[in-house]
Amino acid sequence: MAGSIAGVATLVGIACLGSLLIAANAIDPMMEAHAWIFFFLTAFALLSIGIWAGGLTGRNPFDESFYEDTIVKFGVAAAMFWGIAGFLVGVIIALQLTWPNIFYFPDLGWTNFGRLRPLHTSAVIFAFGGNVLIATSFYVVQRTSRTRIAGGLWPWFVFWGYNLFIVIAGTGYLMGVTQSKEYAEPEWYADLWLTIVWVAYLLVFLGTLWKRKEPHIYVANWFYLSFIVTIAMLHIVNNLSIPVNLSGSKSYQLFSGVQDALTQWWYGHNAVGFFLTTGFLAIMYYFIPKRAQRPVYSYRLSIVHFWSLIFIYIWAGPHHLHYTALPQWAQTLGMTFSIMLWMPSWGGMINGVMTLSGAWDKLRTDPVVRMMVVSLAFYGMSTFEGPLMSVRAVNALSHYTEWGIAHVHSGSLGWVGFISFGALYCLTQWLWKRPALYSKSLVEWHFWLATIGIVFYIVALYFAGIIEGLMWRAYNEYGFLEYSFIETVDAKHINYMIRTVGGGLYLTGALIMAYNLVRTALGHGEAADVAVTEPNRTPALQPAE
Amino acid sequence: MSDENTEYDPHSGVETTGHSWDGIKELNNPLPRWWLIVWYATIFWAVIYMILMPAWPALPGLGGTNTPGLLGKSDRAEVTKEVSAMRTERGVASQKLMSASLVEIQNDLNLQQFAMAMGESAFGDNCATCHGSGGRGAKGYPMLADDVWLWDGTLDGIEQTIRHGIRHDSDDLTRMSAMPAFGRDNLLTSTQIDDLVQHVLSFSDRQSNADSAARGSVLFASQCVSCHGADAKGSRLVGAPNLTDAEWLFGGEPADIRATVTNARNAHMPAWQGRLDDPTVKALAVYVHSLGGGE
Repeated sequence: MAGSIAGVATLVGIACLGSLLIAANAIDPMMEAHAWIFFFLTAFALLSIGIWAGGLTGRNPFDESFYEDTIVKFGVAAAMFWGIAGFLVGVIIALQLTWPNIFYFPDLGWTNFGRLRPLHTSAVIFAFGGNVLIATSFYVVQRTSRTRIAGGLWPWFVFWGYNLFIVIAGTGYLMGVTQSKEYAEPEWYADLWLTIVWVAYLLVFLGTLWKRKEPHIYVANWFYLSFIVTIAMLHIVNNLSIPVNLSGSKSYQLFSGVQDALTQWWYGHNAVGFFLTTGFLAIMYYFIPKRAQRPVYSYRLSIVHFWSLIFIYIWAGPHHLHYTALPQWAQTLGMTFSIMLWMPSWGGMINGVMTLSGAWDKLRTDPVVRMMVVSLAFYGMSTFEGPLMSVRAVNALSHYTEWGIAHVHSGSLGWVGFISFGALYCLTQWLWKRPALYSKSLVEWHFWLATIGIVFYIVALYFAGIIEGLMWRAYNEYGFLEYSFIETVDAKHINYMIRTVGGGLYLTGALIMAYNLVRTALGHGEAADVAVTEPNRTPALQPAE
Repeated sequence: MSDENTEYDPHSGVETTGHSWDGIKELNNPLPRWWLIVWYATIFWAVIYMILMPAWPALPGLGGTNTPGLLGKSDRAEVTKEVSAMRTERGVASQKLMSASLVEIQNDLNLQQFAMAMGESAFGDNCATCHGSGGRGAKGYPMLADDVWLWDGTLDGIEQTIRHGIRHDSDDLTRMSAMPAFGRDNLLTSTQIDDLVQHVLSFSDRQSNADSAARGSVLFASQCVSCHGADAKGSRLVGAPNLTDAEWLFGGEPADIRATVTNARNAHMPAWQGRLDDPTVKALAVYVHSLGGGE
């Protein structure tokens, strides 16, 4: 196990020296800033490892008879922090779109919508979602494999390395460092670092499965594994680029034209598929049966929908490029595979919701269970809507409009957000070994504020999307466009206001949640008024039945 | 999954798979029948669609780049057809518009409506960005819906402005003039500029310092009249604005006028010839002419 400490220290040391070298020779200020950030954070990490390892004195920090839970606690805190940051930036850019003048500082380029928008998307998807996935996967794989996480210090490297990537990506957006690929904006050096982190994540996860003490691999772990493997593939291929200079931030893509576009949307769509769908289905497959204390509805359904989902999803990307320079045959494949994806997606919803059978009363008594079940309702809605929008005739109306924004927020606020909140509520209570959450009524407040917020948000933007889609395609009797672009923007002003209110409610709910989680971790609050069993009271690994 | 110890869920009576992970068990319910039927239906539909439409890249040696589909549909062919149909449809009216004079357009209701529809559409996407919806203008961007014209308010004059732009360097026929930056280039002192501003304010009967304005009037006579005229009513030949009315493109407050005299404005408008086709430019001229101030 000392090997893993030496291994991590060596890798971080190389990164530290390398970044110092780049900082000294940087040819642009962004690269210089990033290299220094990298240098100081890795140097701090090295120092911490050294002090910590020096104080061990023979004690084994990786005792195999305990689960590694501290790292999951860090993950819960990081997820909550980044989540609130991401939601806040979302509300700010919603305000900017509604009233362009109220948050406009010509001299502060980093406050521009163009910089803040990718900051928002990456903060919520990769910083919030990514930390939720890493934390829950570490928690779930240990318990369902009945073994401590593999790799000694490497899981810590995964967690901190990933968050270092987030810092580099986030500061990059504000400084204007981008390779202009949606959801893949970070430049080559950030991508390389993430690749190293991600390979470590894959090996840690596989290593844990390898030494499992259960005869079979639990379904949640199939989903986690498909998420980790596919994201590695997508990330590497979509970020194939050549740096202009090893001491500069700019790089150029290997692909060009429509090939670049197709690669980008193969990536973009499967980021939705394998990051935001299979990853969070894994969470669903552990936390819903665990919290509801009911068996998973159908093992057979989980096998069939897992394999069909991952086989079909990977084909669907071209539906983002309907009626473009992409050859029509590729559009056909993207659309038909999206249609075939509908039922495989719904398999997860059926399995999750039906798991509640025999415990329907928990929807009323436990707002955390309700939150996770409502997340499945949003999942079902958006995975029906996705195939619908992939139909070319529908896409002709919906594409490029607010309908798309409504769709992704129904999926992200409703599905990804709510299942994550459910998992975070469970994890905080379980990891800090509390009989109940600090306040159940605050969970109720969170649930209702967020739900009403989502409804405001998506309904406003569905209307805005359809209105502007119809305005864009309106012709006058002589065949000229009826409306100018600015008129179509003007037409959705009120919808933008309602959307901002919805986002604000959602953010408020998250703040209430953060308060509740902190008080829970501190051990405040009344005793349990719901009979919620604590699944892991004893630190030692429990044998399965 | 052990066959010998088949376990049943007490609530539903359904068999479990006999295994437990961290206390989680799995029932062995069959696939929901409706789920399976809908899935098969989507697969069936997808296969039919793939047969009918272009769908699969062709294998090497089979000819063509992809399977064409039984319906023989092609986006590109359809777009080409639609665009050429649109060209034909508009061609006649466009030709007529190009050769028509203002009076002819005003007398031909159909042609006038055609030009207005074309002009309004083009204005919204090309001109409204600066001149505002309906040509209401903004600071630095002239209002087009009134009868105050810097250069020319006739149909031909408006068309020329649109076609060649204002101070658009790469167009030889662009409307060109340059007001000197009196302050920045040290042509006048700061005090002199103050005097000039006081004098300019007096044109529109606004309160001004009489002594200062008197000194300014001497400067005005030597520096400004060549373009703005002795009566300060401006000249359309050089796009010099009338200084006696209430219309101020860059603001009429003393500070605004001072900034104008100090740095000059010399605003630009791009030439649209080459970016918009000839009938569109003509239609735009008709549209702008109709906004309220056409001469």
